[in-house]
Amino acid sequence: MAVMNQDKSLQLEIKDLSMSFGGIKAIRNVSIGVQSGEIYSIIGPNGAGKTTIFNCISGIYKAQQGSIRFENRELLGVKPDRIAQMGVARAFQNIALFKGMTVLDNLMSARVHLMKYGLLGAALYLGACQREEVQNRDAVEDVIEFLDLQSVRKSPVSSLSYGLQKRVELARALAMKPKILLVDEPVSGMNLEEREDMARYIIDINEEMDITVVLIEHDMGLVMDLSDRVTVLNFGTKIAEGTPGEVSSNPEVVKAYLGDEH
Amino acid sequence: MANFKISYREDTALFQNLWVKSWLGIFIAAMIVLPFLLSRYQLSILNGMGIAVIGALGLNLLIGYTGQISLGHGAFVAIGAYTTGLLAGTLGVPFIVALPVSGTTAALLSLIVGVPSLRLKGLYLALGTLAFGFIIEYVLFHWDLTRGDTGMAVPKIGAGGFFIETELQFFYLIMFFAALATLVAKNLARTKIGRSFVAIRDRDIAAEAMGISLSKYKIMAFAVSAFYAGVAGCLLAYYQKWIVPGNFDISLSIAYIAMIVLGGMGTILGSILGAILITGIPYGIVYLTDALRGTYPNLSGLIVDLKLGIFGLVIVLTLLFEPQGLVGIYRRIKVYWKTWPFKY
Repeated sequence: MAVMNQDKSLQLEIKDLSMSFGGIKAIRNVSIGVQSGEIYSIIGPNGAGKTTIFNCISGIYKAQQGSIRFENRELLGVKPDRIAQMGVARAFQNIALFKGMTVLDNLMSARVHLMKYGLLGAALYLGACQREEVQNRDAVEDVIEFLDLQSVRKSPVSSLSYGLQKRVELARALAMKPKILLVDEPVSGMNLEEREDMARYIIDINEEMDITVVLIEHDMGLVMDLSDRVTVLNFGTKIAEGTPGEVSSNPEVVKAYLGDEH
Repeated sequence: MANFKISYREDTALFQNLWVKSWLGIFIAAMIVLPFLLSRYQLSILNGMGIAVIGALGLNLLIGYTGQISLGHGAFVAIGAYTTGLLAGTLGVPFIVALPVSGTTAALLSLIVGVPSLRLKGLYLALGTLAFGFIIEYVLFHWDLTRGDTGMAVPKIGAGGFFIETELQFFYLIMFFAALATLVAKNLARTKIGRSFVAIRDRDIAAEAMGISLSKYKIMAFAVSAFYAGVAGCLLAYYQKWIVPGNFDISLSIAYIAMIVLGGMGTILGSILGAILITGIPYGIVYLTDALRGTYPNLSGLIVDLKLGIFGLVIVLTLLFEPQGLVGIYRRIKVYWKTWPFKY
C-alpha cells in the first residue's frame, strides 16, 4: 500500500543524501520518504549509517550533498535547535539525559522553546512566567502519565535504572510536542518485558498522539511488528525499501544480514 | 509536618511550606536586629561577605549551572567598580543609576568572552577568560581615565543631606541587594533559563536537539554572571570609597572560584555558604595569629601571605573529599536527621 501512496506529499523527504568523514563515506545517495502518521524503520548492520542519517536530520552533522525536507522546508544547513523547534524530536541511542536534573526538569527542559517569557520575567517570576510554567508543567504531566513515570517524577535521572532512563529519554523527546519522533534503538539492552512495554508505548505515541515515528532498531521482531515501512541500509547505501514482509524476503537484505552462502 | 500539594503552582513555589516560611521570617528578623548588637569591625566582615555573596552567585550561575569555566570573574567586578568610579566619581551620577549601569556595562563587556565561548571549551575557555582578566587589569593600570596605581575616589551614596556612610547603614544596603540577588538567582534557576543552563552543562548536543539555542543561553549565562559581578563591584566601590587596580587581580577571581567550589557548584545555597566561609577565612587567620602572638611573634607576618595558598588548598581538599561542597555535607546531615534514629 505504501508504494501506491508515493505521490502523496511526504512529511520527511530525504533525497540523494551523502555524507563522508574524511575518506570514509558514511552514507551514499540515500533517499527516504516518510509519510505523515506512519511508523518508518531504518535497519541495517552496525556501521551502516543509520544513526548518521538521524544526526543529519537533526542538524548535528551537516551532510555534504543532497537535501532533507521536513514539511517542505529544507533542513540542511539549519541549526539543530531550529530544527527541533520545527517539530523534529530525537531520542538518543546512548542515553543523553541531563544527569544533574530530575525527571521532571528533564522533561521541562524540552519545552524551553514553547515558553515565551524573557530573562526579566524569569528573574522576577512575574505573572506571565508563572502562568507559562504551570501550563507547561501540566503538559509535561500528561507525558509523565502517558509513559507511567509518576513514581520517579522527582528523582534525579542518574538514580534510575537503564530501562527507566531509556523511557525518560523517550518522554523528553515527547515533551517537545513534536510532529515527528526520531527514535534510535529504543530497546537495546532491555529485557523482554521492558521491550514489550516500549513497543506498546511507541504504538500508542503513533496512534493516540498522532506523531510520525522514525525508528532505528536491531530487534527484528520489534521492527517487523511495528513498522508500516522499512528501509534497509548496508555500508551507507540503501539496499531495499518496502513493507516488513517485502523487505524480509528480499535477497539483498538476506545477503547483508546472513552472508553470501545462505 | 504534612506537605501535600494540590496544584502545580504550589509545587513550584519558592518557599514550600510553613516551616520554611517561618525560618525565613526568623532569619529576616535576626538580620534586622542583629547588627545593633555587633561591633563596627564585625559589621565590616559581614558587609564584605554580603558583597562576596552577590559575586559568587553570579559565578555559580556561569560555572556551576552552565558549566562554562571563567577565571576572569574578578575582571567583571573591576569593570563594575570602575564604571561606578567613573560615573559617580567623575560625572557625579547618583547611586540609583550607577548600580544598574555598572551591571549592564559588565554584562556588555562579557560578550568579549561570551561570544568566543561558543567555540572554546574547557581548558581553552579557562585560558581565554584568564587572559581577559589580565587585559582588564593592564587597562586599569595604564588608562589615563582610571589613574592607574593612584586609584579613584568614589563619593558617598546619598542625596539631600542623607548619606550612607556608617557600617550599619552599609549593612542594610548590602544585605538588601544580596537578598535580591539571591531571589533572582533562585528564580532563574527554577525557570526555563536555569534548565537551559544545566542542560547545556550536562549534554550540550542533546540540549540543542531539544530546541535549546546554545549561543543564546551561553551568552546569556556570561551576561547574567557579569551583571552580578558588576553589581558586586559597584557596591564594593562605594563601600571601599577608594579603588585601585590591585583590588581586582587574579587572586580575586581565584577567591570567587574557591567560594563556589567550597560551597557547592550548581546550587544557590552553596554560593552563599562558600562566600561567607572564604571571606571569613582571612579574618579567622588574623584572629588566630593574634591569639598566638605571645608564643609565635613572627607568625602574623608570614601567614597573611599564605592566604592565596590556603584558598588553593581549600579548593583541592574540597574536590578530593567533598566534591559537592558544603551543600553536600548539609544534604547528608538533612537526610540523616530525616530518618533518625533509623539508619534507612
